[in-house]
Amino acid sequence: MNKNNLFKNFIWNAVFVSIVGLLIFFVYYSTKKVDYIWRWERIPSYIISNEKIDIRAPFEGVLHFEGKTIVIKSTDGSKTEKISDYKESLLSDNTDVYEGDIVAYDYKYKIGPLTWGLWNTLYISFVAILIAIVIGIITGLSRISSNIVLRKLSVTYIELIRGTPLLVQIFIFYFFIGTVFQLDRITSGIAALAIFAGAYIAEIVRAGIQSIPKGQMEAARSLGMNYFQAMRYIILPQALKRTLPPMAGQFISLIKDSSLVSVISITDLTKAGREIVSSTFSPFEVWFVVAIMYLLLTFGLSFLVQLLERRLAASD
Amino acid sequence: MISENCIIQAKNVVKIYKNGVKALKGVSLNVMQGEVVVIIGPSGSGKSTFLRTLNHLETINGGNIIIDGIELTDSKTNINKIREEVGMVFQQFNLFPHLTALENITIAPRIVRKMDKKSADELALKLLERVGLGDRGGSYPSQLSGGQQQRVAIARALAMKPKIMLFDEPTSALDPEMIGEVLDVMKTLAKDGMTMVVVTHEMGFAREVSDRVVFMDEGNIVEMGKAEDIFNNPRNERLKQFLGQIL
Ligand SMILES: Nc1ncnc2c1ncn2[C@@H]1O[C@H](COP(=O)(O)OP(=O)(O)OP(=O)(O)O)[C@@H](O)[C@H]1O
Ligand SMILES: [Mg+2]
Repeated sequence: MNKNNLFKNFIWNAVFVSIVGLLIFFVYYSTKKVDYIWRWERIPSYIISNEKIDIRAPFEGVLHFEGKTIVIKSTDGSKTEKISDYKESLLSDNTDVYEGDIVAYDYKYKIGPLTWGLWNTLYISFVAILIAIVIGIITGLSRISSNIVLRKLSVTYIELIRGTPLLVQIFIFYFFIGTVFQLDRITSGIAALAIFAGAYIAEIVRAGIQSIPKGQMEAARSLGMNYFQAMRYIILPQALKRTLPPMAGQFISLIKDSSLVSVISITDLTKAGREIVSSTFSPFEVWFVVAIMYLLLTFGLSFLVQLLERRLAASD
Repeated sequence: MISENCIIQAKNVVKIYKNGVKALKGVSLNVMQGEVVVIIGPSGSGKSTFLRTLNHLETINGGNIIIDGIELTDSKTNINKIREEVGMVFQQFNLFPHLTALENITIAPRIVRKMDKKSADELALKLLERVGLGDRGGSYPSQLSGGQQQRVAIARALAMKPKIMLFDEPTSALDPEMIGEVLDVMKTLAKDGMTMVVVTHEMGFAREVSDRVVFMDEGNIVEMGKAEDIFNNPRNERLKQFLGQIL
């Protein structure tokens, strides 16, 4: 029985691996057909590059080595320069050098545009998520408030945001609201994303609060807590724990949706990818790498949420 | 009849729910300091509704209620003041599942009374010992049996040092073998002089500790008196019928 199961598992895993293998082969075969030349070696330098930096003589003089340190004495003897931060030198001891001659090379790591794009995407998404949570909680609470004004305002906001495309909202934010309030691109982009996600989070929060049994609020109120204390200490902690899975989905959507801010010239990961493609003509490699970087962000987030869920599960 | 030590005075209380159900049709009840009143009655007769009006979990549509000299109006300060003086224990326990037993007890004193953590913890430990759960402070509600949860719920209500305790069928959701432990805690409380209004069908409890039994039917109090009189010489027909069903 058990053996049988193991065998079955093995077979199905093998099927899975073969299908994936087949897909990879298909990609390979199709690129062969269009004569695509893979140039993976170009990609790393867009992530991080090791640049050669020239170190030049500051004045005319004679070069010595003191151990590994290069010492240049000016011809009239008035000045000396010591250089110890370098990786390689092509010159030998007692060489005459003129001002501006290359005496050594150093190598320095430089962060490439893809990494910058990744960082920008991370930053924009992170800030937008934080603001969206605040907006979502406030709107979610207003949505179920007994105050008609709050209720109608929140419904209007939620419906407006959910009924229009994010891309259009980003344009409106950048060209209209951004102009009126003199917001820079990044701020407009973050605001548009936060307000977009906030509407969805509000609905998640509302559903979460309504899923908490009425008795919880009654018990809290009967102990003398006011509405806000009961919400803050009793209802919301339970509701937010229940909403963690849909919330995580919303955060992941936001990270992916953040690629749309590239339309207002924010150099996020997607924009960086587009720029690199137009200068390297290696679209396949670049877009694969960009996709992997998005996956890194979303997997990382899923992982964090899982950790949080496990911690909160203590009371189950 | 307004007496000095009359801690609950309910007069002609009317409650109409939003769906039009008239749950209370003019209920009057005075409860003395230290008195234990048991409310019985068929399902839907308005027992829970009446209890809930006493700490304003339900607003009333007529009559008035005075708790310890404070009139229960819609004024927020009065309501919160009264809620601090009136503890409530629910059929479904309603413990806060995300907090440990100890935290369930300390949270209200800390937030409402601004008590510091140390004194709140000490108070909670004392109360847990009083309900026989001195060693379970660190447990979450999901790790406690029904009877233990209900005892924590009683301790939680006591932590606010209420003058009145309301119990709405505190043992109805419990397995039979756990009813005794909860009733024992309630009996001790009664002996210590707590004013209690208890909705229950535990006739043994009513006979042993109650000063008065109130029978409600269809939104009215139809009969009240000492437990022996109510159980042994019921006059009202509905009461006779009701007792016939449950005894
Ligand atoms: N929130 C509510 N909304 C509308 N009607 C309600 C509500 N709560 C109770 N009722 C109605 O009010 C009446 C009295 O209900 P109540 O819960 O007070 O009865 P009860 O005596 O406690 O009954 P039980 O023994 O079943 O607990 C019933 O007809 C009930 O259907
Ligand atoms: Mg009831």
